[in-house]
Amino acid sequence: MGKRVLVTGLGAFWGGRVAQALEADPSVDVIVGLDRYEPTVPLERTEFVRSDESYSILARIVKAARIDTIVHTFLVLDSTQMRSRKIHEINVIGTMNLVAAASAPHSTVRNVVVKSSTVVYGTGAQDPVYFGEDSRRTTPPRHMVERSLLEVEGYVRDFAVDNPNVTLAMLRFSNVLGPDISTPLSKALELPLTPSLMGFDPRVQLVHETDVIRAITHVLDNGVEGIYNVAGDGLVPWSEVAAICGKRTFPLPPYGMDLLSRPLSRLGIDLPPELLGLLRYGRGVDNRRLKQTGFEYHYTSAGTVAAFSDAARLRSTVGNPTAEYKYEQDVENFFRHSPVVVPEAELPKRD
Amino acid sequence: MSEAMLEEPTSDGELVDPRRSDVDEWGRSERMREVARAVYGPLYRTWHRVEWEGFDKLPREGGALLVSNHAGAIPSDAPSIMHGIETELARPVYGLADEIFKRMPVVGTMWSRVGGVLAHPDNAYRLLREQQQLALVFPEGTKGTGKHVSERYRLRRFGRGGFVQIAMRAGVPVIPIAVVGAEEAMPILYKSPALAKLFGLPYFPITANMIAFGGLGPLGMILDLPSKIRIRVLDPITFDVEPDRPRYSRSLIMDESERIRQLIQEALYDMLRHRESVWFG
Repeated sequence: MGKRVLVTGLGAFWGGRVAQALEADPSVDVIVGLDRYEPTVPLERTEFVRSDESYSILARIVKAARIDTIVHTFLVLDSTQMRSRKIHEINVIGTMNLVAAASAPHSTVRNVVVKSSTVVYGTGAQDPVYFGEDSRRTTPPRHMVERSLLEVEGYVRDFAVDNPNVTLAMLRFSNVLGPDISTPLSKALELPLTPSLMGFDPRVQLVHETDVIRAITHVLDNGVEGIYNVAGDGLVPWSEVAAICGKRTFPLPPYGMDLLSRPLSRLGIDLPPELLGLLRYGRGVDNRRLKQTGFEYHYTSAGTVAAFSDAARLRSTVGNPTAEYKYEQDVENFFRHSPVVVPEAELPKRD
Repeated sequence: MSEAMLEEPTSDGELVDPRRSDVDEWGRSERMREVARAVYGPLYRTWHRVEWEGFDKLPREGGALLVSNHAGAIPSDAPSIMHGIETELARPVYGLADEIFKRMPVVGTMWSRVGGVLAHPDNAYRLLREQQQLALVFPEGTKGTGKHVSERYRLRRFGRGGFVQIAMRAGVPVIPIAVVGAEEAMPILYKSPALAKLFGLPYFPITANMIAFGGLGPLGMILDLPSKIRIRVLDPITFDVEPDRPRYSRSLIMDESERIRQLIQEALYDMLRHRESVWFG
């Protein structure tokens, strides 16, 4: 009996790509994805359900499709995309609904993987150089992304305690860079001059897009349980990150940035509070626990920056090399449900 | 996905790590240390004429927690100790300090590049136990450097004994070090509490060298007086406990901490008894 997987946020960056990775895994029988918006990457056997991920819909889907694995990727980490209240709604209420649906009586769910973030550690002057999974924060949460993520982790942890027969893995990913993803951090590095705080050159740790997907599939394939930091090796000073991208830094005033954030974003420089904390003190996390489960990274922090920079350079020369994918519902339905479509395995071999 | 278009990141099983600077995970840069040593060298050799006793007690390999008394409004004991050990033993010394430096723009980054590390127990554990480095700590903290000149060489309380717990958990010896001469390099004649509060500093000192060199401008004010600095390394102290325990007996920690404070205090009195001149030793 193969895995029957539910992926949240199928229309968002990570949901679609996680579904693609799962499609390549023969031990996965069923993939169902939810979102209000269509997938942005081509998928072959993932069922897309356009819904708003409310508790009742989730519970019905989990029950009807006998979902045994949930991959929760839909957490908003970028406060430039939407207002605080919406972030809270998607992160906290969304996770609460998911956890409730998974813990219904007679639930078939046996595996849950949550894509959390190292944002939960915060940034502060008293931080250790490496946060371990059991390390405590040194600062109170200051912005909505942090606060909502902390609540999300609370719900997930409670779920794990209440459902000991469910294998739960919570992965805390540090800042991601790669050829495709666009975040305030990546946009800052694509500006002609890289913003920095005057007098500060903190060390940051990054993880590559593909290592993120590989970590999720690794955890699913090996039934890994627990809380894990996921970040490439190496802490790189911010000025060096800019240098690898071929940019110089320009200094912003180290104090009073809250006043400047609005005028700066009008100039196209988005520096949300999550990023400002990183520009002042940086953040390092201890990544050895996941390695001990057998995971091998393909990119170090510096390697991640280099890969991002190479792809950005290519993009600025030839534009986006892959054609933009547009989801067409009727076409996808045809491929999945029409009786005239013969599945690949049943095609007669040509002589 | 576009991964197929990018080069394989691995070569011979080793991950490609395209670093451009030598800044390590702690923020320390050996190149910056070379610059710092080049700048401090003349101060070390000619201005303060630093002399060591018991230098051989410092280990060439393996971790150790160096513990010293602390003095001088802008202390010259830390740079002297680090300079001496790095030039003679050719191994790095990391200075554990509290967050006051990390918070400051410019100064905080420079402090980090020359080996300053926040004195968090997790940092100390990783440096000492896992990486077997030398770490220098001043348990008196700013209570030591903020002393009025009339209280010189009377050691303050050694914190809560945290340094002892750090050494016990990391399984490394504590090496007490007594420094004479840093007190007189920048003696505090007066402290202004109002100015300290205004600038967010632990103290705002008026020092003798400010008065002496103030005429040379701001650089003159941070130039210290040419006192002779003597550094005595005392015998390493190992603790009869197993490492890696989450907690150690509080009374054991306090006893050991007090014992080390006494050892350094007595070494200071002994060195002061034999010191004929502040400036010439």
